[in-house]
Formats: sequence, structure tokens, C-alpha cells
Amino acid sequence: MSEPVEKKLRLATTSLAGCFGCHMSFLDIDERLLELLPFIEFDRTPLTDIKHCGPCDIGLVEGGVCNAENVHVLREFRKNCKLLVALGACAATGGLPAQRNHLDLADCLQEVYVTEASLSRGGIPNDPELPLPLDKVHPIHEVVKVDYFVPGCPPSGDAIWKFLTDLLAGRSPKLGHGLISYD
Amino acid sequence: MVELSWKLLLNTLVQRHGRNPVRLLQMLREVQESKGWIAPEMIADLADWLGLPGSQVRGVADFYSFLHTGGPCRYRVLFSDNITDRMQGSEALLDYLCGRLLLEKGRVSEEGLVSVDTTSCTGLCDQGPGLLVNGWAIPGVTRERLDQIAELILGRRPVEQWPSDFFVIQDHIRRAGILLGSGLKPGEALRVASQRDPVSLLEQVKASGLRGRGGAGFATGLKWEACRNAPGDQRYVVCNADEGEPGTFKDRVLLSRYADLVFEGMTLCAYAIGAAEGFLYLRGEYRYLLEPLREVLNRRRAEGLLGRNILGRQGFDFDIEIHLGAGAYVCGEESALIESLEGKRGIPRNRPPYPVTQGYLQRPTTVNNVETFCAAALITHKGGDWYRSIGTPKSAGTKLLSISGDCAKPGIYEYPFGTSIRQILADCGAEDAQAVQVSGPSGRCIDATEFGRRIAFEDLPTAGSFMIFGQERDMFEVARNFVEFFAHESCGFCTPCRVGTSMLKGAMEKIAAGHGTACDLGEIEALDRVLNQAAHCGLGSAACNSTLDTLKKFRPTYERRLKSLEFEPAFDLDGALARARRMTGRDDAGAHLETEA
Repeated sequence: MSEPVEKKLRLATTSLAGCFGCHMSFLDIDERLLELLPFIEFDRTPLTDIKHCGPCDIGLVEGGVCNAENVHVLREFRKNCKLLVALGACAATGGLPAQRNHLDLADCLQEVYVTEASLSRGGIPNDPELPLPLDKVHPIHEVVKVDYFVPGCPPSGDAIWKFLTDLLAGRSPKLGHGLISYD
Repeated sequence: MVELSWKLLLNTLVQRHGRNPVRLLQMLREVQESKGWIAPEMIADLADWLGLPGSQVRGVADFYSFLHTGGPCRYRVLFSDNITDRMQGSEALLDYLCGRLLLEKGRVSEEGLVSVDTTSCTGLCDQGPGLLVNGWAIPGVTRERLDQIAELILGRRPVEQWPSDFFVIQDHIRRAGILLGSGLKPGEALRVASQRDPVSLLEQVKASGLRGRGGAGFATGLKWEACRNAPGDQRYVVCNADEGEPGTFKDRVLLSRYADLVFEGMTLCAYAIGAAEGFLYLRGEYRYLLEPLREVLNRRRAEGLLGRNILGRQGFDFDIEIHLGAGAYVCGEESALIESLEGKRGIPRNRPPYPVTQGYLQRPTTVNNVETFCAAALITHKGGDWYRSIGTPKSAGTKLLSISGDCAKPGIYEYPFGTSIRQILADCGAEDAQAVQVSGPSGRCIDATEFGRRIAFEDLPTAGSFMIFGQERDMFEVARNFVEFFAHESCGFCTPCRVGTSMLKGAMEKIAAGHGTACDLGEIEALDRVLNQAAHCGLGSAACNSTLDTLKKFRPTYERRLKSLEFEPAFDLDGALARARRMTGRDDAGAHLETEA
């Protein structure tokens, strides 16, 4: 990589309706994380535990949109990030959480909190602290404009490394052969 | 007893078709026609009889729109859903009939009596709105006619007993030229050809400069020559009468009124390339033409114009069989058509190899449009040089146009190539047109500044569809109708087209619902690039044409529907929480989402 630029790029990451697998994969770039540090600084991310996102250059979003809180976080990211990236299958397509889309939400809540014997004591939770679920799970590009999609479940550490280094160098990101698989 | 009756039916049907798997689609079509649907046990039985995997039979039955595997239904009413039908009020009429029958669109009524739905253009644009009842075409539908139809359905009267005037279809020939006005008698061109050797016939067709009338415009003489020279013992002639491009109905008229000319052209082609067998692939929507066409074939056999030693010439043997399609636009693509002829799903093949070397049953096959065969008959009779003198240097002869939409006199018009759009609009009474869609949804949309352009391969090539839109028409809705058409007709084989046409439909729906943004217009352009580069056949690569043309020429019809220049979801976010609000009984601030970001 070239010499550090004067101003570091600010990077924010978050996981919405995801499993943090994409974040784990991000950590899989291992010691190359140190190579990145001269070029980037972290804003809101589970790594820094910053709770709200400020103005950023790049936002990496893992997971789809399944509830009202996801919408708020996603909007905050879109508002603050110049480039918004759907990282992994759930952000790009809805992924595993979207498996509930063919079921009626009311039936789901009824089944889990009322009918199912082991959990039925409390009824359907209605604490305002809890975000309400949307009737369907959406990929993030159905809620805000998304600039880049990195496929994979999760995308490999190498894919994330290639994507980020392309972005930092100003190249249009291309994963190419070996970093995308179709199985 | 019921069980026995279908077993018996399948048995006779399979025997009649010689237990030949290549005839699978024809068998399924006949089962559909006599039973009203294709039950799982029939599929299993057919598979056993033919020695095919059940999944293959099921795959074919599921592919075609007019084959139904979901359950029995005595009357299936399908409204033609082309933009010209909509302009003639088809949507309100469909709702009206649903109301009369207390039905929901697309649902079979409780007792399996009736269903009402839409289908792609049925080729009755000049006398629409059109509909099909169990495959039989009814033009010029009105509320009064629907009242009568509802009575007949509720009275369980078989369609064969319905008043015959329901089914009368007009030809509407408005302008006849050298082809429609030729007055050529059955056998006249064949007599000329049979006096000479096949190669000189080929030379005539080459000299005429005739190019295929299905739209692509490949030189007919070269195609015939390549097929004649391709290695193989058996060759085939196939007439593509799967006239599916919305807005086209010239083949309907040629087959109704000029069937002899079509068959004569096919027989001439057989003579030129050395084929003994030919097929006419007739689109399912033209089911009503099947018996009349078979009568013409029988008469020609009796007159020595088909069969063995045609016109007494030793060794000139040729016969024609009619295959019926079952509602699949993609089968108009020649290699998909051949797959369908072979009894399979109509999925386009990889090309090359082209059909002239490896077509039907992998043997050399010439596939031409109905109109091309007619022109070939004319050329044989009058000579290639004569034909070449008509039209323009690169587009010899004349072209039939199917004119529909906002004009005083819709119908069939024959023009020499090189005629201007303005001239055509004046002739059919549409001087004040806003736009014309030339060559159907996969063709081009032109606006008034382009009416000086000409019908010709070197300017505006066309397969014959010519839909006119008056000043009051909303061109966004026109493009949206075409996009829905492609999404419905995508064969599903390749991902770019299967997914891309649905995404395009989604984008148009989003804009129509008032959720669209500037980003969505950009998405449409990106989709076009993907479809153009990656789709397996022309259906996918043409799917964005109408959207791009109207975006370029009628952009304000899109822009005025946009919600903002920022991004907006296609759905109501707060509404998406309504279910959860109800289940939890919450209505606090956190239980709502602002609609605007």
C-alpha cells in the first residue's frame, strides 16, 4: 500500500439482523488490521463501543432490516456515511432471518410467546424498550440507497481485505475469481 | 368410472401419437383440452407410457401458460393483457366479469367451475379487447357480451354450444399490395418451380433480396442454401406461426385468408432444400385456426400439392403437420420453437450451431416466418428481379404491418419498404399520434420528431407490430405494461433475465406507486446493461428497450411520479410495524417510524 494519506478515512460498522459472522470475518484479516490502521480510524463499531455514528467515509453494514431499531441505525449510517456497504448475504438479500418472510408475523409471535408451552408465561412482550419487528425482513437496499454489495456468508477475510484496499486505493472494488463462490 | 375414462383417453391419445416422446406437448395439450386440467396421476401415467421421468413431463406441463396442473376448472377465461387491450378497457371489463361471477382474479371458484385471469397479447389488437375461453378466442368484448358469457358459464353450457357469432374474427385488410393482392392460385408458384431444378429456385430467392420477416432480417436465400448444403439425410421446413410479439396479428390474417400461400411457400422451401417433412408451429392463441388449416392441407393433398410425387414430379415428396403451442412467447425464438416442437420446455438453445445445421432432432432445419414463406411463393411465381425492384436497396419487397391503438382504421396494411411512419399514420387515421411502438415491446418507441423515419431494415426494422398512442396516453403506463409482459414471459432459464425482468418490474411498480426516486431511474439503466450483456437470448436483452426509450423521450412521465431525489423504500415502513403494534398493544413513539428519513 502507498504512504499514509494525511487525513485518515473514518470507518463505521454495525450488525443489524445478522449473526456477527461478517464482523468475525472482518477480524479474520488478522495482522493486516495493523496495516489498515495508518489509513483508517474507527467510528461507531463493536470494536470501539461508540454508540452513535458521526460523519464517516465508509459504513459497513452486516445483516438485514428486521425491526424498527434496525431502521434507525441504518438511517443513521446512511446519513453519516459517504459510502454505504452491504456486507454479506443478510445485508444484501435478507439472508437467513428473511426465512420468516413466508410466515405471518402475528402467527410467529403467537406461536413463540403464547402457544409454545415453554415460553408462554409472559405473553407477547410489549415493553417500549424492545424494538417492534417489521412484518417482513428486508435487505438494506430496500430501505436506503446502498453503494456497494459484498456477497458471501460470510465474505471471507480475504474478500473484505481486497474490498477495503481497493476502496482505499481509489479503485472500483472487484472481488474476482476465488473471492466469490457460488455454492 | 371417472378413473377409467381418463385412462382410456390417455391410452388412445398415446397410441395415436405413436408413443413418441417428441409429441409430448401435443399430448398434454389434448389432455388439457378434453379434461380442463392435467392431473398428477395423468402426468405419472404419461411418463410411464412414454418412458420419460415424471419430472420431465411435469416440467413441460408447468412451462406452458395454457397447461394447468393446479386443479380442475371447467371454464378458464383469460383476458388479453396487451396495452392495446387495456386502452380498449380490458381491465374494467375483467373486474366486471369477476363481479358478475363473484370471483377473485386468478382464483378458481369453489366448485371448480370458472376462473378469470389475464394472458399475454392474443393477437386481436385490431378488434379488442380480446379474451380466450378454454383457448377459444373471442374478440370485441363488451359488458353485454360478458353478461351473456356469465349466463352461459353459470348455466354450465359447453363452449362448443355457445353462439357462433361470439367467435367471428375479422380480417381487417386495409391496404393490399403485391402480396395480399397477388391473386396467386394454389399450386401456381409450385408449377413454375417444379419445371426447373431446385438450385434455380434457390437462385431466384437469393436474387430477390428477400430477408426474414420475423424481425431479424436474415437473408432467406442464404439460409435455404446453408440448409441445403448442411450434411444430413433428413431436412425439415418449419413455419414459425408463433406470432407472440404484442401488437402483431398479420400471421393470423395470412393463416385465415392466405393459408395456401403459406403452405405453398413451405413446399417451395422443401423443394429448394430437399426436405420431406415440414411443421407449422401455430401459437396456442390461434387454436381456432387448427381445423380450417388442416382442411386446407387435406385439400392440397387431394390436389397433388402435398404428399408423394408432388405435381407428378418423381421424388418430390413433402408433407406438413401442424403443431400447436400452449402459450409461451419465448417459443417465437427459433431454437426455443424447435425445443417445443420436440415436446420439451421452450428454452432457447445455445447458438451456434444454428438450426440450418442442427435444428429439429439435430438435423438441418429451415425456420422462417409465415410472411417470409408467402413472399417466397410470390418470388417463385414472378421472379427475383421483379421483387428486388420493390422497396429499398437493402430491404426488398413489402412488409405487412399490424396496426392497432389510437387510429381510425386499425388492421393489416401492406407497404413497400421505405414508407415513412408519417405516411402510414396518415393512411390509418392517426395524424395526431404522440408515439408509435414499432415492432412490439422488444422493438423501439418513437416520438413525433421521428415520424419521418422509414420502415426498412436500414432504418426501423420491424416484425410487423405497429401500436399507436394518442396524445392523451400516458407513456409510462405503456412501458410498464411491456415490462410486465417480459417478466411474465421470461422462460426462467438464465438468471439475468429471470431476476432482471422481475427487478425491472419491481422498479416500475415502485415508481407507479409514487415511491420512486432518482436512484431508481439509475437502477433501470444499470439493469439494462446487465440484461444486454448477460441474458441468454433476445428476450432478456430487449426487456429494457421500452423503458429506456420512454425514459429518453417521455422522461417527465417518470419524473412527475418520483417522490424525491433521495432514496425511499418501495413500501411503507411505519405500516410494516402495524402488525407488531397490534400484537403488542403498543402505540408509543418507539412503536412508529417516520416515513420520511
